[in-house]
This record gives sequence, structure tokens and C-alpha cells, in this order.
Amino acid sequence: MSDNVRDEFLAEAQEIIESLSRDLLLLDQAQKDAGGDPDLVNEVFRGVHTLKGIAGMFGYHQLGAVAHALEDLLDDLRLGRVALSQEVLDVLFEGVENFQRLLSDDEAALAGVNLDAYAANIERVSGKGRAAVHDPLSEYDIDPGVMAVLTEYEEHRLRTNLQQGLTLYRLHVRFSLASIDTLLEDLKRRAKPVAEIITYLPSMDGGDGDHIELDVLLASGVSAQHLGEVLDAREDALRVVPRLRGATHTHVDTPVPDGRPETPIPDGRIPPAPVPRELDQHAGISEDRGAEREVTADQLSLRSVANTVRVDIRKLDHLMNVVGELAIVRSSVARLTERIRRNPELRHLALELHRVNRGFERHLEELQDGILDVRMVPLGQVFDKLARIVRQVAREHEKEVRLVVTGAETEVDKLIVEELSDPLMHIIRNAIDHGIESPKVRELAGKPTTGTLALNAFQKGNHVLIEIEDDGAGMNEGKLVEAAVRKGMLARELAGEVSREDALNFIFAPGFSTSASITDISGRGVGMDVVKTNISRLGGVIDVQSEQGIGSKFTITLPVTLAIISALLVRVRDRWYALPITSVQEAIALDEHSVRTVEGREVLTLRGGTLPICRLERLFELTHIPRPEAVRQYVVVSALGHRRLGFVVDALAGQQDIVIKALGPSLRDTRGFAGATDLGDQRVALVLDAPGLLEEVLSGSEGVRVRARA
Amino acid sequence: MRAFVQAALEESGDVLVTQAASGFEALRILPRESFDAVVVDINMPDINGLELVAFMRRNEAHLRTPIILISTEAGERDQARGLAIGANAFLSKPFTADALRALVAELCPKAEG
Repeated sequence: MSDNVRDEFLAEAQEIIESLSRDLLLLDQAQKDAGGDPDLVNEVFRGVHTLKGIAGMFGYHQLGAVAHALEDLLDDLRLGRVALSQEVLDVLFEGVENFQRLLSDDEAALAGVNLDAYAANIERVSGKGRAAVHDPLSEYDIDPGVMAVLTEYEEHRLRTNLQQGLTLYRLHVRFSLASIDTLLEDLKRRAKPVAEIITYLPSMDGGDGDHIELDVLLASGVSAQHLGEVLDAREDALRVVPRLRGATHTHVDTPVPDGRPETPIPDGRIPPAPVPRELDQHAGISEDRGAEREVTADQLSLRSVANTVRVDIRKLDHLMNVVGELAIVRSSVARLTERIRRNPELRHLALELHRVNRGFERHLEELQDGILDVRMVPLGQVFDKLARIVRQVAREHEKEVRLVVTGAETEVDKLIVEELSDPLMHIIRNAIDHGIESPKVRELAGKPTTGTLALNAFQKGNHVLIEIEDDGAGMNEGKLVEAAVRKGMLARELAGEVSREDALNFIFAPGFSTSASITDISGRGVGMDVVKTNISRLGGVIDVQSEQGIGSKFTITLPVTLAIISALLVRVRDRWYALPITSVQEAIALDEHSVRTVEGREVLTLRGGTLPICRLERLFELTHIPRPEAVRQYVVVSALGHRRLGFVVDALAGQQDIVIKALGPSLRDTRGFAGATDLGDQRVALVLDAPGLLEEVLSGSEGVRVRARA
Repeated sequence: MRAFVQAALEESGDVLVTQAASGFEALRILPRESFDAVVVDINMPDINGLELVAFMRRNEAHLRTPIILISTEAGERDQARGLAIGANAFLSKPFTADALRALVAELCPKAEG
């Protein structure tokens, strides 16, 4: 199998799994609220069914086997042979987890799949809750031609609805083939609150090349008149499918579900219509009105799905690189223009060239913005996965957790979204495992038994902020300090002087964990230090706030994109470096006389505060190269949270948009650099990882020995 | 699934395949083009595969067009119904590209696809 084909399969399978996950979460809610939702069950069934099909074709046999087992269970569910319960939902969610693992290349993930155990779980839930089937279909005068084309599932839905005492209707509609999608969505949207559409039967007669006539079979608890109004149907287009004379009336007496009016039309009062296929020639739903109607949000979203193209992110990276190259061309042209302008005879030519180049620049910016926009995906993609984790972890720990998500539509670069899921997952597991208390404890503390986990995302300038907030126990400052002392991260005599903020920051230190027992959930060998590293690799920072008894809140601040950034170009001896402008607070001239040495570290006083400085020529071991000119140096001030550091450089060369390219595999683990960039005219600059450098320098580790060989 | 069917059939040479994303789309395409054979999945949203078969068999233009139904292996009942209302053959998922090609070749001996 070629890589292309495999990629195509993986992309499609991933899409199916994501939508399965969303549907299951909705189904979970529907099960709690109303016992279930047949449409959703069927949707999930269809998804699993498709997944099974493609897995079989592409040779993913394990995945196919899981899908197969799950499909049988779902089939039982949708045909009413097994009742939907939280236990069944657990098994369904477990199935999605297994799919996800089976798709990954990760050995550890694959090892986590125990198909035998899973098969046993499926067996366990499908064995119980089998519902008895009573067949009321025989009591209705349903056209045999209709019965012949119902699938087993549709027949089951029909039966279930009749058992509930609902009335069966048949609606005749005439749609133009050109606008059938819109009209159909409109019909579905109208019907959904009051009726279930069992099926659509295309009828032959009267249909010409441009139109199609449909008989829609619906079950509803409302009266014909009400239904007609809701559906905007003509009076003669909607008919009740009558009960046969002499049929027992047992289900009419069964209580109608709450909120539904009495079964509307008593038998016998119905016009004796042996449901007509040839009778109705009229449009049930007036087409023109349908076309004039405003397009609703539902329809819009359907549209956008249909118009989506799936693109490999590497192709966008390539385009972005081309834009970077073009930007270099533009600067070269600008330099040439400048040279031509110096010749008085060619001045007018230079002006014209300048104007052309400006036009080029404008379009280039548009192109760049366009590509950046394409790379953006809503955070909802990762939030959906997290919702699944929340449910699972909460159930494992027997805690009640409500997840409240806001800002799922906030857009971030695709690469950032990919890298976010692990850190977010870890924070959320921690929040449920250590933060949110058990219902009993919560009750004793006077809190609602259900804990709330809020996931908020919003954009702020060039950054996206993600907050993860729980209303759990909060962090115990004393315990944090105690653990820090025990692990030798803090001298005991200093323990009393630690500020609350610093105490909280211990959780980000490598090897730190206060939990007495390492649980399955949070103790997977990764701590908050890894979370912090991952976030800073994305050019972001993470902060924590916590109040004992009230809860904790993590705030992650991220750049909107990694693809192209604005950077300050600086020179240290003969080397060029780029500092992302987001990590630059200000740049000042260095006054050597104001530099003092405090505790072995050089500092200077800046507006009354102390600013530690770091001479990059020393850090990068470039001191052997003589400084070209004996002019003063500069200090670029960078900040991480409330901590600041000044980088001493030889020259500032202005601001420039740069495309960051990853360092090769052999240099990937070099700390202190975020990548490299091409500045044009054969110059290359290393991009400094300012937060990382700041962290290392300020934490005082003597082991900072990063070498630059640019 | 549709992509697989299309690829499987086009691989065998001079076959032109038109895809329909749903039963309704099929209804829209059918009157405009003529087909040597139609492959239908039973499990489609809105208009199911059986309804599409019934529709075609009630229409003079598609009375004799060979129809291949695709269903799950658990769908015996649906398969039986499909054959009863005029489908020519069925395939249970998962099936191989060869099986599909063989069936198409058998059903359209003169002009393929």
C-alpha cells in the first residue's frame, strides 16, 4: 500500500473517529436527559459501519475487528434489542479510545489495546437489557410497497413509534431536483421537534426531469393540523395512515409521553384514504417559499462541510516557505532600487520600480495572510477529545464532573492544536484526579456534588489564551513547600520565605509530585514540567493560580501561529540572531558603568528595578572574535511572567517577518533555539527561544552551554 | 466506500464511474445520464438503498439496469428484500475489488460499467 493511500485512509478514519466521539458525547447527554436519541444511535452505527468497511479494505484488521464487534452492539441498540445505559456508553467510548490507539504508530498506545477484554465488555453489555418486541405493524394499513423497501432499522423505528402510541402520517411533497438539499434540510429541521421521519419514498408518478415527488413517512404525537402547520404542508398533502378496522386498541390507551398532546385523531374520523401513491399531485411544501426562506445556521454548516478540502499541512508549510523566499526577493529588489536611485539619471526608473515593488509587497502580504488563515483550525478539535477524557476519568474516579467549554471556535495554527492535546489532557486529568473532590467530600464542604471544569479559550491580541479552571480543592501551599524541601529543591531554612506564587510554581519543576500515591491517571511518568516544556516549545507560557478550597486555574498563553513571526534581528559579533518580538519588552543602550555584580551575576538597574543581564557573546562562546567596532552594546529586555532578563547584543538590525524552519534532527534537542531562518542574501539567523534561555539563565544552572555554529 | 468502489471499477479499464453522495443525489443524477450498472449501498441516510432500487424498477428508463446492492454481512433480511424488489445481486462488506469487478463484468457482458 502506498503512503498516499495510507494517508488517505488515516485521514478519513481520523475524521470518522472524531465525529463518532462528538456524537457519543451528545448521546451521553441525551441518555441522561431523555434515555437516548435514535438518530444519534443510528449516526454512530453508520460511522462505525463505514470505519469497519474502510479498515477491512486497507488491511487494518484489528481495527476492523473492533469496529465489527461494536457494530453488532450498535445494531442491537438501534433495533431496540439492547437498551442504552451508561454502562453501554462506557463500552462505546472505550471503543473510540481503542480505534484511536489502533490508528497510532505509537507502540505504547498499541500495547494498551486489549481486544479480548474489550470483546468481553461488549459481550457483557449486549447480554443484558434485551427488550421484548411487540409487533403492532400488522394493525396498520401500510402499503406493502412501502413495507418492501424499509430497511430492518427503519422497520424497527416504525414499530417503536407505533408502540409508543404515536400516529403515523404520510406527507406528499414535490421538490425541484436543483434545490432538494435545502428543501429537505428545511423539512427535517421543522419536523425534528414534533415528529420522527421514518423514511422517504421517492414516487415515480408525476416526477419529471426537474422534479421529484416523495412520500415521507413520519410518526408524531401531535395532531394532523398542528403537524401540517409546523411542516407548512398543504392540507391535502398530509394524511394519517389509518389503523385497520377491528384491530385491538390497546396502545391507544397507553399513556402518551409527557408534554405530548393526546393522540390526535380517533380512528374512523380519518378520510378513508388507502394511502395514495397516484392521488397527490400537489406540492406539499411550496417550493418558492422554501427558496425565499433565510438560510439557517444548520444549513450553513452543512454547506461548509460540503465545500471543505483536506490538505496535508506539509503542503502549506511549503507554500509558506515560498512566501518567505518571495519576501527575500522583495527586499533584494528594494535594495537594488535604492542603488539605482543614487544614479540621478535613473531616478525616475527607480521611483517606478519602487511603486511596482510596493504593489508586490501588498499582494505578498495578502498571500501570506491567506495561507495563515488556511492553517487555522478551531480549538474545538482538541476540546472534543478532552470532553471524552473528562467523562472517562470522572467515571473511573467516581467523581461527578461537568465540563463547560467556551470559545471552542477560537482558531489557532493547526500545528499548535496538534501539540496542545497532550498538555491539556494532562492538566485535565490532574484537575479531576487531584483537584475535584469526591461527591461526598464536596457535599461536606458545602459545594454542589457535581464539580465544574471550565475550559475557556479566547484571543487576546496576537495570542490565544486557554484557561482550565476547576472548582475543586485547590493546592495546599504548605504541602508544596514541604515536598520541595524533601526533594532537595529548596533549602529548609528558606521554606518560610517562599511566596505563594513561587510555591505554586514548584509543580512545574522536574520530578515534582505531591500526590502520596501515584495513580494510574496522573502518574504516567510525565509531570507538569513536561507540560511546561511542551507549551514553551510552542512559544507559549503557562501560569497557575490556586486557592485552597476554591479551586485552581491554569492559563496557557500561546502565539496564534508558528509559521511566520515578527522578530527582532540582533547581531552578536559576526552572527545574526532573531528574537521573536513577542518575547521582547524593550531594547536599551548598555551603559557599562551601571552594571553591578550581585551574587556572582551581572545586573543593572532599570527604572528602579534590578535587571539581570546575560552577555550572549559569552553564552555562545564568541568572545574570541573581536568586536568589530568599539561602539556601545545594547540590552534586549525579555520577560517570562514577572521575571525579566536582559540579553546583551552588539547591534540591533530592526524588525522583520521571518519563517521559522526547524533545526535538523541532530540539533533538535539543542536548548535555547527555536529554529533557524533565512534572511536573504545568503544570511542565516538562529531564532532564539527567549523563554527557554531566560529560564535556564535565571535558574542559574551552570550547565548552560549552548553553542552556535550558524 | 464510494472512493473504493470507484477506484476498484476504474482500475479494470474502460469504465466510467459517477458517484452520488446520497440517495437524493442519485435521484438527481439518474434522469440525466444513462448507466450500464448501478452500485447501491443499502445503508444510506434519508433515502435508503432499497428505496432507490424500488424507484428505479418503477421507472421505465431504469427497468433493466443491473443493480448491485452493498450491505453488511448481518443484513440478510435487507439483502433478501433488495433482491425481491428487483436488485440483481448483492455484496456483503467487506468485499474485495476483484469480487466487485467480477460481478459487474457478469452483469454487463457487452458494455462494461
